[in-house]
Amino acid sequence: MEASIALSGGPIRRWRPKPLIENPWTRYAVYLAAILYAGIAFGTLDINWARAAEGFERGGRFIAGFFPPDFVSKRVEITEGLIESITMTVVSTAIGIVLSIPVALGAARNLAPLPIYLFCRAIIALSRTFQEIIIAIVFVAMVGFGPLAGMLTLAFATIGFMAKLLAEDIEDIEVAQAEAVRATGASWFQLLAWGIQPQVLPRLIGLSAYRLDINFRESAVLGLVGAGGIGDTLNNSFERYEFDTAAAIMLIIIIIVMGCEYSSSWIRRRVQ
Amino acid sequence: MPVAVRGGGEKLWMRRTRAGDIVAWFGWLVGVAIVVASFELISQVTIWAFVWDAPAQGADLIGRMFPPRWSYASQLWKPMWDTINMATLGTGLAVLLGVPVAFLAAHNTTPSVVFVRPTAIFVIVFSRSINSLIWALLLVVVFGPGTLAGILSIGLRSIGFIGKLLYEAIEEIDTTQVEAITATGAGRGQVLAWGIVPQIMPAFAGITVFRWDINIREATVLGLVGAGGIGMQLQASINVLAWPQVTVIFALILVTVLASEWLSARVRHAVI
Repeated sequence: MEASIALSGGPIRRWRPKPLIENPWTRYAVYLAAILYAGIAFGTLDINWARAAEGFERGGRFIAGFFPPDFVSKRVEITEGLIESITMTVVSTAIGIVLSIPVALGAARNLAPLPIYLFCRAIIALSRTFQEIIIAIVFVAMVGFGPLAGMLTLAFATIGFMAKLLAEDIEDIEVAQAEAVRATGASWFQLLAWGIQPQVLPRLIGLSAYRLDINFRESAVLGLVGAGGIGDTLNNSFERYEFDTAAAIMLIIIIIVMGCEYSSSWIRRRVQ
Repeated sequence: MPVAVRGGGEKLWMRRTRAGDIVAWFGWLVGVAIVVASFELISQVTIWAFVWDAPAQGADLIGRMFPPRWSYASQLWKPMWDTINMATLGTGLAVLLGVPVAFLAAHNTTPSVVFVRPTAIFVIVFSRSINSLIWALLLVVVFGPGTLAGILSIGLRSIGFIGKLLYEAIEEIDTTQVEAITATGAGRGQVLAWGIVPQIMPAFAGITVFRWDINIREATVLGLVGAGGIGMQLQASINVLAWPQVTVIFALILVTVLASEWLSARVRHAVI
């Protein structure tokens, strides 16, 4: 490790760990800018502190309202919401993966000609910049309330996510293997099947498992804008002040999310 | 690789054994069946007449969205500034709380593997499994609508993200440096300051900026549940079906997200 030495009045040499930003001018400019920004930001926030202070007392009552979680009285709605969320997740992930593969092939610079590359990159950028919730608002306006809007949203978001990461992986492949396949006189599709697919398949499986996990998390909030799923049930229970039911729904979501996360990371470890 | 022997003693290379083939096909069959059954469930609760109408609805929607009412932008600068502040201050809060949690969760820095580490890991997992919109839903009830609820929900969601990635970075440090510092007779605090912190600083800066970029996106929609920022204007415009205003908001969000993504990519490129 490098360290900068500061001579401080005498033979004792003081050592300091190397700072992250080496140029002291830049470093102090960054610090100053950060402090200045924090000051301005706090100054312009209109926070109602009286209301916030009241919040702690409210919060206590609110948390008390959560206990004990009530799984029973709304179990029909909860089950329906969960089934909607899970079916949305499964279908959207499947459709998203199938559609993302051609986009990924088009967005890999080593496979696609420039116009196709730019077109596919534009699709990816469009799908990645907007939050799922915003896309869901548009789909709800188009196809009506319900899980179909949520499914379309998640499928659209999956395309951008999968295609971007898969395209990066395709661009990073071992060129020698693809070259060897090409040298046998293989056509473009044979090149895909024998030179590229075996190299990116583990990553594709890992990403799919990861995206399945993300899609379930997202499906739990799309209900807030009317796109179906358990989020709808959660939002309803908040609006009716049934906090014990809301607590039960949140617990269910947390447990499923944890389960998904563990299994998806297990799958990723197995294949990569 | 399995080999099938043909009648005339001719050998044929196969990718899988016959049993392997059957297992693979069965796996695909089950997978496709699950997707089709899930889609069937979604389709039962969908009003298909609305969906067939979607192209007309979409065209109608686009017709209403254009031309955008650009003059509305003058009312959006303050909400946009609030949105950016929510993301930035929320990230700051998450750094303050998430860094200690990360050190408590990492195997090589935790004071106790039996009690402290599982608690820290639980905090991380809990924070990660609740989407920031759900955090916002809760906090708006507690603290009232406004930016404070937004800052806190961004912060609470990001603790888990920063904590998880940072503790993984801490666990992957080069141990020889730590040993060298320990060999000089340094105490625990000195080992931390000289052996560990300089090694994880680039990862820390990268993770923070990455999360800040994600938080900008999330902050744009928190207003939908009342947690301040431009989402509140979005919700208000959608409620009164003011689609030309929605277009302006979408355009502003798009520009902000692209700018923050560019900035975060620049910073990550510089530090890693």
